[in-house]
Amino acid sequence: MSIDLKTIKHIAKLSRISIDDKKAKELEKDLNSIFEFIEALNKVDTKKVDPLTSIAETSLKLRGDEVKTKNIREQILKNSPDENKDFFVVPKVVE
Amino acid sequence: MSDIINLTLSALIDKIKNKELSSQEITKAYIARAEKSKNLNTYITTDFENAIEKAKKFDEKGNFDYKLPGVPLAVKDLFCTNNLKTTAGSKILSNFIPSYESTVTQHLWDEGAILLGKLNCDEFAMGSSNETSFFGNVESPVGKKVVPGGSSGGSASALAAKLTPATIGTDTGGSIRQPASFTGTVGLKPTYGSCSRYGIVAFASSLDQAGPMTQDVSDAALMLDVISKYDTKDSTSVNFKRGDYFKSLSSNIKGKKIGIPKEYRVDGMPKEIESLWQDGITLLKKLGAKIIDISLPHTKYALPAYYIVAPAEASSNLARYDGVKYGYRSEGENLISMYENTRSEGFGDEVKRRIMIGTYVLSSGYYDAYYLKAQKIRRLIKNDFDEAYKSVDAILTPSTPSSAFKIGDKTDDPVSMYLNDIFTVPVNLSGLPAISIPAGKDKNNYPLGLQLIGKAFEEQNLLDISYSMEKELSFKNNLQDWWIK
Repeated sequence: MSIDLKTIKHIAKLSRISIDDKKAKELEKDLNSIFEFIEALNKVDTKKVDPLTSIAETSLKLRGDEVKTKNIREQILKNSPDENKDFFVVPKVVE
Repeated sequence: MSDIINLTLSALIDKIKNKELSSQEITKAYIARAEKSKNLNTYITTDFENAIEKAKKFDEKGNFDYKLPGVPLAVKDLFCTNNLKTTAGSKILSNFIPSYESTVTQHLWDEGAILLGKLNCDEFAMGSSNETSFFGNVESPVGKKVVPGGSSGGSASALAAKLTPATIGTDTGGSIRQPASFTGTVGLKPTYGSCSRYGIVAFASSLDQAGPMTQDVSDAALMLDVISKYDTKDSTSVNFKRGDYFKSLSSNIKGKKIGIPKEYRVDGMPKEIESLWQDGITLLKKLGAKIIDISLPHTKYALPAYYIVAPAEASSNLARYDGVKYGYRSEGENLISMYENTRSEGFGDEVKRRIMIGTYVLSSGYYDAYYLKAQKIRRLIKNDFDEAYKSVDAILTPSTPSSAFKIGDKTDDPVSMYLNDIFTVPVNLSGLPAISIPAGKDKNNYPLGLQLIGKAFEEQNLLDISYSMEKELSFKNNLQDWWIK
């Protein structure tokens, strides 16, 4: 099985990564060589095997929903790429 | 001053406790050496002024009962440090200043350690040679233009070059053990669930684990004592009874059963690795251990399964980098194009490749064929270990299929780079603890490591076996300080 250029562009779209044609061609080559290597897994019969999703395999523990860190609003907003000091700002979404 | 940097972590602590050395003297010695070692490119961010200030405070009224009293340490730049830039080696986080501290680094400071700065690593810990970092390649002190391994490459290089007495790294597929092997240092990946993942920039959450990188096995035990603790902030942290690893260290391994897996004898493995492994087996016999041939039949499927599971988890974890709340942001005519341009410019090639692989294997129509299949293979790999551990206490393998290579040698072919982790990846997939110890050198005088894999939560056993081997191996890096300016 091979991944074509159209699929590469579709995956890039799903990944929210813009790529030009040159990059798409590079990725087509790289991903195909990686998947060729991954295809080895098809040799293994896994019909009767249960998937292993996590090593811990225990149910998630619950804890109280308590505020432990306070007054860091300013510190958090300081990391925002936009200069507005009071909100996270994005390009206009609603016309 | 040259005496200070040549001390192991535990020797350094003894001298601080005996008041033979002050925290300031030690901190200044490491800073002075780092200033002369800039061309190794080990540091992304230094915090030297604060370090000296903290050392001064420690000398004035520090608690000498701490496990790391006034000891300066540099850590991998994947651990969030409160108020100090944390980049994960990526452009997308190149201006990120966390408002919280990772649990494991907090444990270090709570035991009296002092932060020197943040060490270079592959971008988001994705790489085996520290060549994917936005902040440039790291050079290994073992040779000019030689890679230190990855992803904890800056940590391994800084440790081997004696810029920090010990350090911590993270290991998702071998990122502690492979660089340790390449630089002649000790690297321990603890059992999944031992060390909290809270505050560590996430790569593949079901595989990531923090662990010590040290000059010798005792130091690794000491560091593990500090960082291995149950944490309610990490939902996969396991509340098991941890050992008193450093105090309990024993070199008596008589009667221990060590498995040798035939599947690790791979095609094209250099003779020197084969003989290193053989010498390790001979040594274990001499120490009174019993050698047992075992089989881990699904070993060859571990790497392909890893390259589905890890990118799948990564594509999901890295979805948060959208240029909105923190990190790098690019322009765009609308919200979507802002996202797309931000991620395209903010991530490097290897990270983009893995996000794309992950997105593909999780996408509609391919989930069962790839992701579910890989999780089933993961079960078979873990079952292999469970079966083996019915008859052995630990497993001995080489750490890597080759010694360190030159910068640029493997960057053109992702798959050849991935093959570096062939002996380390099965351990992460199975959540087991494993340690790499320096055991010899190749024809270029580059270090070679042996890996011991243990049963889950039996780090003490692993440390004891490697401690007893280390005594007999008496490995010395004997670096010539060629990089000092």
